[in-house]
Amino acid sequence: MVATVLWVYVGSVLWSMRISVSSSRTLPLPDFVGLKQYARLFDSERWMISLQNMALFGVLFILGCLAIGFLLAVSIDQRVRAEGLLRTIFLYPYAMSFVATGLVWQWMLNPELGLQATVRGWGFPAFTFDWIVRQETVMLAIVAAAVWQACGLVMALMLAGLRGIDEGLWMAARIDGIPKWRVYASIVLPMLGPSFGTAFVLLSVSVVKVFDIVVAMTQGGPGLASEVPAKFIIDNLLVRANIGLASAASTVLLLTVLALLAPWFHARAHASRRAGRAARASDPSEAAA
Amino acid sequence: MTRKIPRPALALAFACAFGAALGVHPAARAQANRAEVLHWWTSGGESAAVKELASAYAKAGGTWVDAAIAGGEQARAAAVNRMVGGTPPTAAQFNTSRQFLDLIDQGMLANVDVVAAQNNWDRILPAPILNSIKVKGHFYAVPVDIHMPAWFWYSKAAFARAGIKDEPKSAAEFFADLDRLKAAGLVPLAFGGQPWQEKITFYAWLAHVGGPDMYLRLYRDKDASLPATPPFKALLASFRKLHDYVDAGSPNRNWNDATAMVISGKAGVQIMGDWAKGEFAAAHMTAGREFGCFPGFGAKSPYLVAGDVFVFPKIADPAQVRSQQLLATVFTAPATQVAFSNRKGSIPIRTDVDVKGLDLCAQQGVAIMKDASRQLPTPEMLISPDLEGSLQDVITKFWNTSESVDDAAKAIAAALKNG
Repeated sequence: MVATVLWVYVGSVLWSMRISVSSSRTLPLPDFVGLKQYARLFDSERWMISLQNMALFGVLFILGCLAIGFLLAVSIDQRVRAEGLLRTIFLYPYAMSFVATGLVWQWMLNPELGLQATVRGWGFPAFTFDWIVRQETVMLAIVAAAVWQACGLVMALMLAGLRGIDEGLWMAARIDGIPKWRVYASIVLPMLGPSFGTAFVLLSVSVVKVFDIVVAMTQGGPGLASEVPAKFIIDNLLVRANIGLASAASTVLLLTVLALLAPWFHARAHASRRAGRAARASDPSEAAA
Repeated sequence: MTRKIPRPALALAFACAFGAALGVHPAARAQANRAEVLHWWTSGGESAAVKELASAYAKAGGTWVDAAIAGGEQARAAAVNRMVGGTPPTAAQFNTSRQFLDLIDQGMLANVDVVAAQNNWDRILPAPILNSIKVKGHFYAVPVDIHMPAWFWYSKAAFARAGIKDEPKSAAEFFADLDRLKAAGLVPLAFGGQPWQEKITFYAWLAHVGGPDMYLRLYRDKDASLPATPPFKALLASFRKLHDYVDAGSPNRNWNDATAMVISGKAGVQIMGDWAKGEFAAAHMTAGREFGCFPGFGAKSPYLVAGDVFVFPKIADPAQVRSQQLLATVFTAPATQVAFSNRKGSIPIRTDVDVKGLDLCAQQGVAIMKDASRQLPTPEMLISPDLEGSLQDVITKFWNTSESVDDAAKAIAAALKNG
């Protein structure tokens, strides 16, 4: 089992890295051209725009999903009547693929066919909502569609975390006369740390591989305004018959993700080691031995 | 309480299913000239066209196994993957382009020299097509159609409303007509803002307004000193001027939605390939009556030649090789060509066919093709998909932003040097 994992995952990553230092086009070639593909990559304006867009998308998407998901979970946690129905409604978008989401939102945001045209038809000729066709705001439109789709998942995770909070805590807070919002902000939020962590990891994976929603909504347009790294890689791999450049791009993406995650893993490992040492120090049986 | 399915019944059910599966097998083995053909013709008009090929092949005694994959890039990727993986289809669709050069270099394609010699391809095929399928003296692909990506389609009703009597004979007249359409409250240029459409519009404009010499200097010679010259910059500026005549909803619009604007008379003109004829036909419109077409400005406008071909992966099985030869012969037969072209909107690859069955625009196209001096290969026949992609990135950025002409020219020169 371990051998399979090593062979499939690590082996294919190493293979991609090998291709990235060759001049492979449609088919893999065994030659060696050094870092030429990487030089070409960072010369490419489209790649730099893709990285910026991924960073912007990542920040807005994760913050938006965590905030809205948490607020939704809190609202549902208030013992509302149709809780099951509401949960289903909010979680339902996550059952749709990103492609379906992208298409629907593309039609809604299209100025000629969607929201803008409808509201103008209702008698508000000055109403504009053309985010999706403007260079500066197209990424916001994509973030909106993505947040709509994924906040249900965050809501489900947060709800599970909230349900795990002891009833006694609420009673104690009520006795102490602490306002509800204060309880949530200062007591519950820190307790939901693990839920936030899980949601963050799941959302980050979606950020790194964001591709289908961009293709379905804007095809990277208008111009290059909504290009993302995964689209750059797939375009070069399949359409432009340039697997050397695509492999270089995917290696850079992998290294970027590792560079961002490594400090976090190190911090967590450090924290758990400290917690382990503290637990052992306070354990009387250990101290005696 | 549910009863368990008795074992003998279960065994019988499995046996029946297994037998049925086996029963299909002997029939499959008996199929003569079985050919699995991989292509991307999945829209309504395209499927009708590929059915013509399939029925012609069946009439010639073959068995057509259809392997359609939606999307040109996906289909080509699937074909390459299957060839590398060892289960190649009998034939795979590509464009007349450099897409399959790498496959030839790696020895993955079989040549069809036998069929080419029997059917005199050297004589009956036009030069741009021949240059694309004949590599190092051998024929590696069979062409099935010729498309021209740079036609101008216009709505006669829209032109009448704007007071335009004749088709424009020059770029200046074209801009004047677009102004008249704008004044009449119509969308002058129906445009779909997807990168491939922007790319096609650019090289169509370059060929028609910049001229064949400038076009070839860019795409055939890859002359990196061309973009800095004043005529090229003037061409970029006039291309940018076209953007004033498209509507605000054009980004990411599909090409057939733009054609629908012309069909409904909401827009005046669309610059699109002759595959647009299928949309007009589906709307029961006839060329020359409700809509018009012209292939460029003036009587000597260049005719861009694009097309589709089928390549044959190298397969050891002699039965498959026979199927491949039969496919190649059937695809290029005159009757198949006419039937296919009618459905597809293309023109036949050979000039020795009876064109009376084709529509007005196709007849015009066939007549122009007879003049070899007007034929221009499309960029994908001249440059690699990689360089084409880099130029497409530059063009789409230039079209959609307020980037200056000088910066765009510098970016084009850089792309030419890198690719």
